[in-house]
Amino acid sequence: MKPKVLILRTAGTNCDKETAFAFEASGADVELLHINALTADKKRLSDFQILAIPGGFSYGDDIAAGKILANELKYKLQDELKNFIQDGKLIIGICNGYQILVKAGILPGNSAFRQEVTLSLNDSAKFEDRWVYLKRAGKCVWTKDLPEIIYLPVAHGEGKFIARDKTALDRLIQNGQVVFQYCNKNGELAGYPDNPNGSEMNIAGITDETGRIFGLMPHPERHFVDLQDPRSGQKEKKGVPPDGAMIFRNGVEYVKKSL
Amino acid sequence: MLWQAEIKEKPGIFDAVGEGVKKDILDLGIKTVREVSFIQVYIIEGDIDESVAKKICEELLVDKITQAYSLKPTVTNEKDSHTIEIAYNPGVMDPVEESALKGIRDMGFGGVSSFRTAKKYLIRGRLSAAQLKTISEKLLYNKLIQHVVRVSSASAATHLAADYNFKLITVDLLNASDRQLEKISKDGQLFLNLAEMRQIKKYFKGLRRNPTDCELETIAQTWSEHCVHKTFRGKIEYKEGAQTKKINNLLKSTIMKVTRELKKPWCVSVFHDNSGVIRFDDKYNICFKVETHNHPSALEPFGGANTGVGGVIRDILGTGLAAKPLLNTDIFCFGRPDHPFSKLPAGTLHPKRVAKGVVAGVRDYGNKMGIPTVNGAVLFDEGFVGNPLVYCGTLGIMPKEKSFKKVETGDLVVVVGGRTGRDGIHGATFSSGELTHKSEEVSSGSVQIGNPITEKKVLDTLITARDKNLYRAITDCGAGGLSSAVGEMGVELGAKVDLEKVPLKYLGLSYTEIWISESQERMVLAVPKENIVALLKVFKDENAEATVIGEFTATGRLELFYAGNRVCDLSMDFMHNGLPETTKKAAWKSPKFKEPSLKAAKDLRQGLKNILSHFDVCSKEWIIRQYDHEVQGGSVIKPLMGANNDGPSDAAVVRPLLYSKKGIAVSCGINFKFGSIDPYWMAASCIDEALRQIVAVGGTIDKIALLDNFCWGNPDKPDRLGSLVRAAYGCYDTAKGFSVPFVSGKDSLNNEYNVKGKSTAIPGTLLISAFGVVEDTAKTISMDLKDPRDLIYVVGMTYDELGGSHYFDTLGFVGNNVPKVAPRQAREIFKRLSLVTDKGLVRAMHDCSEGGIGVALAEMSFAGGWGVDLFLAEVPYKAANRKNIRNDCVLFSESNSRFIVEVERKKQKEFEDTLKGVPLGLAGCASEKKEFRVFGLDNRLCVKCPISELKEAWQKPLKW
Repeated sequence: MKPKVLILRTAGTNCDKETAFAFEASGADVELLHINALTADKKRLSDFQILAIPGGFSYGDDIAAGKILANELKYKLQDELKNFIQDGKLIIGICNGYQILVKAGILPGNSAFRQEVTLSLNDSAKFEDRWVYLKRAGKCVWTKDLPEIIYLPVAHGEGKFIARDKTALDRLIQNGQVVFQYCNKNGELAGYPDNPNGSEMNIAGITDETGRIFGLMPHPERHFVDLQDPRSGQKEKKGVPPDGAMIFRNGVEYVKKSL
Repeated sequence: MLWQAEIKEKPGIFDAVGEGVKKDILDLGIKTVREVSFIQVYIIEGDIDESVAKKICEELLVDKITQAYSLKPTVTNEKDSHTIEIAYNPGVMDPVEESALKGIRDMGFGGVSSFRTAKKYLIRGRLSAAQLKTISEKLLYNKLIQHVVRVSSASAATHLAADYNFKLITVDLLNASDRQLEKISKDGQLFLNLAEMRQIKKYFKGLRRNPTDCELETIAQTWSEHCVHKTFRGKIEYKEGAQTKKINNLLKSTIMKVTRELKKPWCVSVFHDNSGVIRFDDKYNICFKVETHNHPSALEPFGGANTGVGGVIRDILGTGLAAKPLLNTDIFCFGRPDHPFSKLPAGTLHPKRVAKGVVAGVRDYGNKMGIPTVNGAVLFDEGFVGNPLVYCGTLGIMPKEKSFKKVETGDLVVVVGGRTGRDGIHGATFSSGELTHKSEEVSSGSVQIGNPITEKKVLDTLITARDKNLYRAITDCGAGGLSSAVGEMGVELGAKVDLEKVPLKYLGLSYTEIWISESQERMVLAVPKENIVALLKVFKDENAEATVIGEFTATGRLELFYAGNRVCDLSMDFMHNGLPETTKKAAWKSPKFKEPSLKAAKDLRQGLKNILSHFDVCSKEWIIRQYDHEVQGGSVIKPLMGANNDGPSDAAVVRPLLYSKKGIAVSCGINFKFGSIDPYWMAASCIDEALRQIVAVGGTIDKIALLDNFCWGNPDKPDRLGSLVRAAYGCYDTAKGFSVPFVSGKDSLNNEYNVKGKSTAIPGTLLISAFGVVEDTAKTISMDLKDPRDLIYVVGMTYDELGGSHYFDTLGFVGNNVPKVAPRQAREIFKRLSLVTDKGLVRAMHDCSEGGIGVALAEMSFAGGWGVDLFLAEVPYKAANRKNIRNDCVLFSESNSRFIVEVERKKQKEFEDTLKGVPLGLAGCASEKKEFRVFGLDNRLCVKCPISELKEAWQKPLKW
């Protein structure tokens, strides 16, 4: 059986097709489902092993990025989502999907779905698209065996990671829930533009305590094949899979082995 | 009950918006500002009590990690502390309302009837009332769509006029004298001339009745320059020197003629649909359209550019049976960003504000639609201060069997997407007139802001409906609104529409307003009756609106009703064929500019840096980064490439199908400086530039098609029209010579700004966009130098063509010897270069444009992070004038059809053999030393400069 991935979409979602392609090419069966179809038939969520919330501007980023869909998930699908998580299944939120997970309190995660961290307006106060280096940390099923430093593009206006307070931040680091940190070419934590939005501790992606729910601002589906890599003309191919591809493969392989 | 919630960052949280505003205030020269805090205001109206209002704030509106809120307005009594609150004018759509109301409903709270937003700025610092006014007007709001809140927002009126009571209005034409006819046209903003008004009068005389207001408006829109392109399709008497030529339909005798004569089998649909369509592979076609939105962007830059992007995307959605947008392009011409405030003509916004607003508008719409903005250009000149140019392009893809449409009698007229409001009234006719300082008062209704998420919903649902074969035809509501869309679709049959069925944003619209409103995000479909239930469900499932408003008939008439009352009954034949023919006069006279007599400078380092810092040449990274150019996952050659992803690419290359290596290349050519000397050679150069950019990334010109966009002044003035005609001839000769067809185009005329009765035209500006198929994107190349051991070739002949060059511009001259193009020779160069890239013999390539060889090679050098040694004596060079055998001429001439190519040493022979017969010079090599060195014709150093210094000169000017 191929792992089944639900790609959740709504008004303003726009990275759904390439995310679907990445999962399909990694060996999964993918279904793109509009939030209306899911809230009309809530038990459908249990048909899937992976829930992916792709990038975009759900509801136009109105009020705050991800807020309206986060609110909808919290008020309409909370029980189903809790069951999904309890069943040991996987969730990934990319860019807007990450904003949604954070604002719904699904990441970093607690039983009350209470928001602990946020992703707020970039320090530059504008949307920016650029490739960034990321340093891997923490423990997360999605990032197993990834190189120490990877290269992915970010494209967002609201990606500045801020934790509720120092305690919350320290807890995330100690628990190994910080998965990616923005860094320079040499893997050192650095300021703008290496840290494109001013995130605390350069945090680019986090996971929950189980390592199965994963959210990140950069776009792994945009470095899924070598042709997407702007450096592809500059150096010889190393014969290793592109950085983003490993992430999708990890998710799919985990389901095959463990679920 | 009204609740006003104010939200601001908690102490200690960085207020990025406030900081940005503070920086902008300092940029205005107001140095006394100490601090700016931004406060987001929400006004919630409805039957809810305080506990519910608080819950809405805490759960939905406030980010509890970083923000705090208050239900009481912030008042400040501190000394030197000022608040300015900005809200939308009544009737202007607030894009946040719909989402916020949904969020509140999702929480289980009914009873909220309206939700509005406002912005409040708390400014600290000693500021005079005049300074505060300047800050508000120059930075914080645009009076066309917003106002400064004098009293508390909560107490301001929220609702527009009450319900509309039907009353049929007729206009007395039958008894009108010529003078009265002209007055009717002018007062009604119809922009119809006397001959046209007389023709309309004659038509109604035949019917023995007066027209309704709605009928007159419908004809005015159908006949507007914007919709019917009377200049390009009419008769022209063209005088050049002693010769006079009679042109019957300029479009058919130049642009379209190329396509007709070339008969390319891969051209699928040309000059017919909403965009030009060519074949991509055996399953898919691709289509491309570029539009302009100049006048709206002059008045409200954000909204103008925003709706410009939204509009051209709808052109693609409205091509065939709907194509899926793949990428956007944008090209702007602004006044210089350092233009003194004191010298701004009345009623114009400062060019920097226009630029920032336009970029924000493009960013907002393109990013939210999920369409990568991958290619463009930005130019600056005095001539665009009163009338900027904003070109927006969209390229789409569709299955080949979805490339054509046909309406049938009995099909239902269905409007989908946005609701209709009072916005955008008279856009089509407004854009057909000149701008004046009064435009902002008279035409404020034509300015709007868009709602990209509404259009995204339309895109998603439309493609589903298309693939289920639920409709037979589609077109977009652009200029002219329903009037133009339904009129166009029903032209061969007839149509009947019940206007009261059109969904409205608010009550109070008259039947005519409904019919001509240009509200955004709407499309019109022709749906077979048997499919209507299934079609409406597709839209409803994703909260997109679709409404049946009428039927296509077999009467040959356009019949409109409002609640059963007939308000319009026109014959389609008169509307579309009744426009009286006019003959316009055109004359072209070659100008003579002062020719500089320059002494050859020994050191060209500063000269090179000056050109790199020229606003047209310098890095546009500040703009480019704000666009998502990676979404959809297909971008291969991105707008910024190189060791640090900051070098300027030539054409963009995108893969539309993620499982395939086949791609699309897109590029543009624009150069109004050449046009000021000779529009013929401007056209030739633009075509050459667009094509050579595609060659430079490793594409071929075998399957490339062109689009033309003419932005010119008032065509009723013979000098303006003369230069346009000459440019059109340049298009014909050059495209024919290259064997490259045009497939679509658009003209925007009347780009003039009128101050105190004196009208100034923009520099006539032609944009050429090129697009086509790249068989294997794995073979494409970027422009940055890759290896310090490689050789550097200059391909193509350099002439002493410095007329209109950026080198002359930095010295304050125009010159006369404008670059020419020999298309057949150029085509040979392009083909051979495509061959060497296909063989994998090229490491990097860049075309020579603004600033010539000097700029192109400097860009390659600092983008790759390697130094360069260049020997000018090895560059193929021919000077018509012996005096021009000089280093600066070789280094900075902007001759066409030239490239710089980086080649690995071991591939030298194969490279040279393949290019045998092409003008070619092994003119230098890359180097480990991070230094840019140029050896002159006498082999002495004439430039020696660290590459970091050149990069700094290039990056600095537009690093806002």
